[in-house]
Amino acid sequence: MKELLDRAISGDPIAIARVITLVENGEEYGIRLLQDLYPLTGKAHYIGVTGAPGVGKSTLIDKLIWHLRSRGEKVGVVAVDPSSPFTGGAFLGDRLRMQRHATDPGVFIRSMGSRGALGGLARATADVVKVLDACGFNFVIVETVGAGQNEVDIVKTADTVILVIVPGMGDEVQIIKAGIMEIGDIFVVNKSDKDGAQRLAKELEAWIEFGYEGSGWIPPVVMTIAEDGTGVDRLVSEIDRHRAYLNDSGELKRRREKRVMEEINVALGESIKRRIRDVLEDEVMQRYVSEVLEGRRDPYSVVEEILGKLTKGGV
Amino acid sequence: MFKEDVLQEIKTKKEEWERETVNKLIAKSPEMKGEFKTASDIVVERLYTPEDIKDIDYLKDLGFPGEYPFTRGIQPTMYRGRFWTMRQYAGFGTAEESNRRYKYLLEQGQTGLSIAFDLPTQIGYDSDHPLAQGEVGKVGVAIDSLEDMEVLFDGIPLDKVSTSMTINAPAAIIWAMYLAVAEKQGVSFDKLEGTIQNDILKEYIARGTYIFPPKPSMRLITDTFEFGSKYVPKWNTISISGYHIREAGATAVQEVAFTLADGIAYVEAAVKKGLDPNVFGQRLSFFFNAHNDFLEEIAKFRAARRLWAKIMRERFGVTNPRAMMLRFHTQTAGSTLTAQQPLNNIVRVTIQALAAVLGGTQSLHTNSYDEALALPTEESVRIALRTQQIIAYESGVTNTIDPLAGSYYIEWLTNKIEEEAKRLIDKIDEIGGMVEAIEKGFVQKEIQDSAYRYQLEVEKGDRIVVGVNRFQIEEDLSKLNLLKVDPSIAEKQVKRLQALKQKRDNIRVKSVLEDLRKAAMDESVNLMPYFLEAVKAYATEGEICDVLRDVFGVYVEKIIL
Amino acid sequence: MNERKIRVLIAKPGLDGHDRGAKVVARGLRDVGMEVIYTGLRQTPEQIVQSAIQEDVDVIGLSVLSGAHEYYCRRVLELLREKGAGHIVLVVGGVIPPEDIPRLKEMGVAQVFGPGTPISEVAEFIRQVVKR
Repeated sequence: MKELLDRAISGDPIAIARVITLVENGEEYGIRLLQDLYPLTGKAHYIGVTGAPGVGKSTLIDKLIWHLRSRGEKVGVVAVDPSSPFTGGAFLGDRLRMQRHATDPGVFIRSMGSRGALGGLARATADVVKVLDACGFNFVIVETVGAGQNEVDIVKTADTVILVIVPGMGDEVQIIKAGIMEIGDIFVVNKSDKDGAQRLAKELEAWIEFGYEGSGWIPPVVMTIAEDGTGVDRLVSEIDRHRAYLNDSGELKRRREKRVMEEINVALGESIKRRIRDVLEDEVMQRYVSEVLEGRRDPYSVVEEILGKLTKGGV
Repeated sequence: MFKEDVLQEIKTKKEEWERETVNKLIAKSPEMKGEFKTASDIVVERLYTPEDIKDIDYLKDLGFPGEYPFTRGIQPTMYRGRFWTMRQYAGFGTAEESNRRYKYLLEQGQTGLSIAFDLPTQIGYDSDHPLAQGEVGKVGVAIDSLEDMEVLFDGIPLDKVSTSMTINAPAAIIWAMYLAVAEKQGVSFDKLEGTIQNDILKEYIARGTYIFPPKPSMRLITDTFEFGSKYVPKWNTISISGYHIREAGATAVQEVAFTLADGIAYVEAAVKKGLDPNVFGQRLSFFFNAHNDFLEEIAKFRAARRLWAKIMRERFGVTNPRAMMLRFHTQTAGSTLTAQQPLNNIVRVTIQALAAVLGGTQSLHTNSYDEALALPTEESVRIALRTQQIIAYESGVTNTIDPLAGSYYIEWLTNKIEEEAKRLIDKIDEIGGMVEAIEKGFVQKEIQDSAYRYQLEVEKGDRIVVGVNRFQIEEDLSKLNLLKVDPSIAEKQVKRLQALKQKRDNIRVKSVLEDLRKAAMDESVNLMPYFLEAVKAYATEGEICDVLRDVFGVYVEKIIL
Repeated sequence: MNERKIRVLIAKPGLDGHDRGAKVVARGLRDVGMEVIYTGLRQTPEQIVQSAIQEDVDVIGLSVLSGAHEYYCRRVLELLREKGAGHIVLVVGGVIPPEDIPRLKEMGVAQVFGPGTPISEVAEFIRQVVKR
């Protein structure tokens, strides 16, 4: 294991990829790897990019990578796409738009399926980010699609959250409802050469002015045309500016505190669930279920009993 | 067309027939399927009667060949005057080899040339470009400069043949080379007959040989319309293609809808540029697929003709009947060819070719039986050509025009396809037109869904492919005599390129490329004259395209699955 | 989330743009539970191999209809070996003359799927080969 880790840290892509796989699969081995990697994390600037399908996130990230590379940064990208809830499979096509960077040793692109587990995805993504962080990528970009709770969970642990929208899609209301707007640090109006772009930007700015009054960071609205790269240089400078703000204001520390708290909570929950699964036999669970169904007990007392077994058993 | 009381009686009698005769039989001996469908999922009834076509107005909906709405054909005498052009797509390896194959085909009775270019040529790369490795001369002839073009047509008088060139993104440049060869042969432009495919929209959807983004690509296309209208009046400057869209998995309805919607986009772009659709409309041509469902295909061609005529007249206000005609070339469906029991493909191609003829095609390519495995040999392409000749000379179907008209099923199906296609075109209009629909991935998704559905049907056994999921045999296909492309071609081409770059006047090349760059940056300038100058100076295709890549940018595909 | 997914990279090397087959197979493999990374058109062997490494895939599937299959298979296999990723299995589909199949297999291609191959056959082969 040490050998795998050493190779990954020294930049061997095969090793990095293998570590990511182990970590993503959530196996015991993967957790141990993460424990060893942990001390090396915390150096990368973690950027979350989200928005509805078709707004141009991948194209935008492709241009972002180009910009960051041209100033010598090493960039990791994690592209998350939904897995089929029925078959568990996934079609992962985001990297297609970034393929010109595929052979650049300073770029590492990894595609992930959501694998159907709600809470687990956010945890898995954060863990993959840690691997890339520890292996020397100083910018790690996570791309997720959508504006639902899932996506909020994934990107809320990022240092900088970028929300991408385009004029004419009419989904602005959805985004506001989902709570994604509240965690946006930078708003990007892409396809800004289309009708309605200016209006959309103005609406956004008004909403931001209202919602972020008094806050230390007023999210900027950046107009881009990802296809030809227009506006991306401004986006990069806003990212830099946000990073400086995070450091100077202590906000970074606050966010990372929240992140760690969340991590511990999630890991705790998962660990407990795992141990219970290990301890609780199927027949026993089946018996509990029958008892509840027959009205002889209620689910809550079942939980108390199981937890009691857990602590007593000294697992 | 039918009297109301007669129809009523037919209706009653049909119901009786179904009740008494059919249902009694079905009770003992059911039909093989619950539902019968065309290859495009249109439900097909047991029987069609006058009832199904009672609203047809013969004069308005069918009319006469050569007259609006052209449902029955675009020429008044059709195949009684002249057979369709027998035009076999060919090209591979070097210009010399292709030249030899063209002469062979012309000797065997082919009446028009159809040039296949290799992928680097189609995508604007010279044979020495890193991306060209492994691809030079494989799917067509490698053309790097005017020199290759001269060899390609050596001994072939351009005023005596009609030449169709399957070239899209760099079509204007390759066309310029052809014109330059004609000039050298002393043939004036107004005598030249032929077609350049030049249909970039379908490349984004289904074929993949794009270079530049949509907007500058449309500019190149309208430049060719303008130049052609003025100087090369007999040339079809575009072949708006449905063939590839169908091959990518579309249904017959989608094939018609997306092709005509592409046509609408081109006409709109040209009109915007100030060109008169009554003039350039005459030189638009189309290219369709001839697929397996024999009767559906015939109905499809008729529906397409009628729908296009209506679009040109009603939507674009065209008054010149010649600009309303849907003239088309057809190719039998490559994707239906099987690698298993390849000789069966001769039968498939025959049925498909017959459908194209009964559908009134102006020009036809028949696939060779070994094409699921490799490019055709001389022998297999000869059989493909003979298939057309036997239909033309022996089958009798060409003795009268549009013989299937009046069939209750065919007329009903023609109406149905027109209706469904129109609905899809309306949807595309709602999205904002074809370019927008492609940007949004709408078209690609429609096609992919159809393709996936088709595959599932085949794998479930709902759709039978003889020799593949039914009637299979054990066979050893390694003994088949297939064409092998000479691997040393790439080397030869590269050497020839190097030699060319030595002998030509490089100062002149630099100068013409600079002129081209300036012209390309000005949207209002027609680039054809600049391409002519550049190719005559022996600038290579790659060099010319690189200038354009710089100015126009390059297109990256969108994926929606 | 203790699950091991089979990961497959599907790529179109070179300039051929006919992607119906590649997309249908990609979708089919997804529908049987695999994670399919689709890299799209115009990929160089270098891009394909590097992507396969980063994605830690079990299998690379190439789709070639332009006759250049031998060239691309050879290059991809060479690169996989060079970079220490020889454990990744290579399969290829498209228009491939049957007489070329033995040569491809000798090179190291695990399987060749010709026209008409059902997706289920591709999926089953991948499952078997990954088990090993």
